[in-house]
Amino acid sequence: MDYLVEILLLMLGAVLVENYIFSKFLGICPFLGVSEKPDTALGMGFAVVFVMTLSSAATWAVYHLILVPFGLEYLETIAFILIIASLVQLIEMFLRKFVPALYGALGIYLPLITTNCAVLGSALLNIQNGYNFIESLAYGFASAVGFTLAIVIFAGVRVRISFAEPPKSFRGTPIALIAAGLIAMAFSGFSGMSF
Amino acid sequence: MSKYTVKNVGEQFLDGLFYKNPVLMQLLGMCATLAVTTSVTNALGMGLSTTAVLICSNIFISLLRKFIPKQIRIASYIVIISGFVTAIQLLIKAYLPDLDKSLGLFIPLIVVNCIILARAESFASKNPVLPSAVDGLAMGLGFTFALSLLASVREIIGSGTFCGIQIMPDFFEPAIIFILPSGAFLTLGFLIALMNKIMNSIKEKDKKKSLETKAAEKEAELAAEEEITVSTEAEVKEEI
Repeated sequence: MDYLVEILLLMLGAVLVENYIFSKFLGICPFLGVSEKPDTALGMGFAVVFVMTLSSAATWAVYHLILVPFGLEYLETIAFILIIASLVQLIEMFLRKFVPALYGALGIYLPLITTNCAVLGSALLNIQNGYNFIESLAYGFASAVGFTLAIVIFAGVRVRISFAEPPKSFRGTPIALIAAGLIAMAFSGFSGMSF
Repeated sequence: MSKYTVKNVGEQFLDGLFYKNPVLMQLLGMCATLAVTTSVTNALGMGLSTTAVLICSNIFISLLRKFIPKQIRIASYIVIISGFVTAIQLLIKAYLPDLDKSLGLFIPLIVVNCIILARAESFASKNPVLPSAVDGLAMGLGFTFALSLLASVREIIGSGTFCGIQIMPDFFEPAIIFILPSGAFLTLGFLIALMNKIMNSIKEKDKKKSLETKAAEKEAELAAEEEITVSTEAEVKEEI
């Protein structure tokens, strides 16, 4: 029972306190790139949740079952990026064949995920923090939920910004970054909490 | 392809540092940019290690550009890049343990830094070795430049130091918000706005110049035409 509570607290911390976007700066590229509309932001978020949970499990297994027994820990970066790339490809093919509806919703976001640093980052963090299999899975899933939360909130703000008229040189990315800064300020309120 | 001259090299450096600056103009490699710019030392370390990886990967990909099949090029690029990143990571761990500690996760994450893949795809895969190496150096220095600029602002205002040396007077109260994540977003937003402003004024100047030259050309043409008509009129009169 205690263990369950511990896992839940770990997840809550990953979503709010150590939010990938606003406190760890992982996954900023898709955060700025696909956050023009809440719909696409949500699609991207779901795709990331899907891939990140699976890749946490896969990278944990490969690290502890293959790399560690053979003393190849220093290859983790190469191994992980290959696992993630092939996993994304595999998920894409699987979804296209068996769950076409889901593929229609997530399809275009999947290739983008390979170069999303959040996915590789969570795989590396799982190893760095010494999580076991269950914790890795929970941490990967929760961080991805945190990412989704951030990108959807930001997309909502951006829709509002698109109606405003900032000075000419602030149009586009600069004003979006400043808005992101303000949201980050709000999120830093969570940083005092410790679970 | 035409001959590769010193002028091309100059253009490449100007592009990398200014006109096509990877961070300020192309918005690539944002994660590393925002995360490591809390101090100038970190920014320089990150910028230079990325530059090293970028030069190596550009040279390698340019050498292999005729052998890598088109369908699997991205995967091959990623393998090449992650190989070099691992090498750099081990070197930093061995010789600069402090830097390794402060950059932490972001050294292995150079693999997914979009700048490297973007240069591989858009430049190194189409150009010979020498220009690709120069391109890697120019873009890497542009990245380092942008990072140090951002880090200088954040470090000076956020902790009153520069490269770890106290430079602000004692009564200066550091604004810690600039060291926090939100400060990163805000500072970068303002820097890009500033860059846009400079770019816009350069563009307007160019426009004015081209308009002026165009107007001058038109006047010259008109004058020439008038001369012709005048002379033909005179000829006609003479004939009469």
